[in-house]
Amino acid sequence: MVESNLTVKKLNERFPSSVLEVKTFRGEVTVTVLKRDILEICKFLHSDPDLQYHFLVDLCGLDFFPQSPRFEVVYLLCSMKEYQRLRLKTRVGENESISSVESVWKAANWLEREVYDLFGIPFENHSDLRRILLWDGFEGHPLRKDFPVEGPDFDKPFVLEV
Amino acid sequence: MAERRFMTINMGPQHPATHGVLRLVLELDGEVIVKATPHIGHLHRGVEKLAESRTYHQVIPLTDRLDYTNAMGNNLAYVLAVEKLLGIEVPKRAQYLRVMMAELQRIAAHLIWLGTHALDIGAMTLLFYNFREREEVLGIFEAVAGGRLTPTYLRIGGVSKDLPDGIEERIKTFVRAFPDHVKEYETLLTQNVIWLKRTKGVGIISKEDAINWGVTGPTLRGSGVRYDVRKAFPYSGYDEFDFEIPLGSVGDVYDRYIVRLREMEWSNSIVEQALERLPKGPILADDPRVTLPAKDAVTQDIAALIRQFKIVSEGFSPPPGEVYASVEAAKGELGFYIVSDGSNHPFRVRIRPPSFLNLSALPKMIEGSLIADVIAAIGSIDIVLGEIDR
Repeated sequence: MVESNLTVKKLNERFPSSVLEVKTFRGEVTVTVLKRDILEICKFLHSDPDLQYHFLVDLCGLDFFPQSPRFEVVYLLCSMKEYQRLRLKTRVGENESISSVESVWKAANWLEREVYDLFGIPFENHSDLRRILLWDGFEGHPLRKDFPVEGPDFDKPFVLEV
Repeated sequence: MAERRFMTINMGPQHPATHGVLRLVLELDGEVIVKATPHIGHLHRGVEKLAESRTYHQVIPLTDRLDYTNAMGNNLAYVLAVEKLLGIEVPKRAQYLRVMMAELQRIAAHLIWLGTHALDIGAMTLLFYNFREREEVLGIFEAVAGGRLTPTYLRIGGVSKDLPDGIEERIKTFVRAFPDHVKEYETLLTQNVIWLKRTKGVGIISKEDAINWGVTGPTLRGSGVRYDVRKAFPYSGYDEFDFEIPLGSVGDVYDRYIVRLREMEWSNSIVEQALERLPKGPILADDPRVTLPAKDAVTQDIAALIRQFKIVSEGFSPPPGEVYASVEAAKGELGFYIVSDGSNHPFRVRIRPPSFLNLSALPKMIEGSLIADVIAAIGSIDIVLGEIDR
């Protein structure tokens, strides 16, 4: 299954040192790649005429606290050519940043802002990296595993943005 | 030469035409929009965080409250993801019931959209007709599931209860009358000069831009992209139904209007087909790890009682792994990405909200157009803030 997947084959040929792991679970292919090359890999997947991953379905974060590296950023792509999905993953340590893929898919703009807001992972070269769901004065990043379900900001005043 | 000055105005979060608590900061040059910045999050309830501390069954009611006009569709996306994670098969009858309910819900959701969208632009009459039909759909939901807005009808492995007596006749009556109602709506709008002037050529987004911005659903199809999750990645037996994907060509407000109208007609046809071919049989998979035993068995059989107690109190533990399942909700592709670490509550539940990405493309649609067109454009992408903010 994995061996016959054209995308995996092409990725292995083009970026032999960056593809860390390829997994298939319930028919879904997940490729883990090095953080360093994420932008190049995304550009390649988007522009390769045989693959055409023109649609970034989703981009989200995962927190594996207290493991290290702590975070994973997950990209779900869909090829509009043959309706095929691919999950791309990359590991990000605490206090590390990752390249924005906004230059490849505009959809990444808000999705990356959300990951920044809820996980605190900064994205390099993002055009407008601000909090999106929470307000500017909010402390902490709620989807981190060490953030309590009942927030510490419970009785703090709401800070208005200007 | 005088210095050019822009005026900044604030639209929302309390504004009747922003369909909820959306705040838009508009920079204006006269009446022309130079820059539009949406501010969201006023309705953020942390659904993804909440889901991490609940059992898999307990997450279902949370999903109703995402896009509250499309509760059945939200339930469906979530249970599909969990079923994929568990690897369980759902009985045919349950699949058909799910399709039927999801399509009725799509009709109801599109009716709200049509009524409020027309109301925003100034055609008030339509709202009353739309809510008349929507009321009947909600009545059907009440009879079937016990709830109207948030029915929580679906269960992991099937649905919560079978159809009550006499409901099939009621659905049939609705389905037979509905195509004429759509014609009724069309007489009010489709060739109405004011409607055409307000919607044609307004809020245009091209095919390529729409895909690049992650736009899905009728908004994407209005731009002429043939992408519908029901056809591209068929689920719950949709491949057995006969329906088409209506497409627009220009990608303006009018095209999205036409696409949604045609979609309602096809949804109606799918409900009819599902009703005609509704198979007999169980409505819940019989998997002792996951689904509750029958109620009368619980009162008579100690093993069934223990099974009921275990599932209610501690839930079930799927194998470690990650899955993504999505449905074509009323607004677009609604997906659930669930990561399991093998315990009885999800490690991560990520919701892929269609309205969130559709809204992110709004500035693209309205920059350079008139301020009055903002209202038409917001209405045409059909956002629900409950889903955007989660």
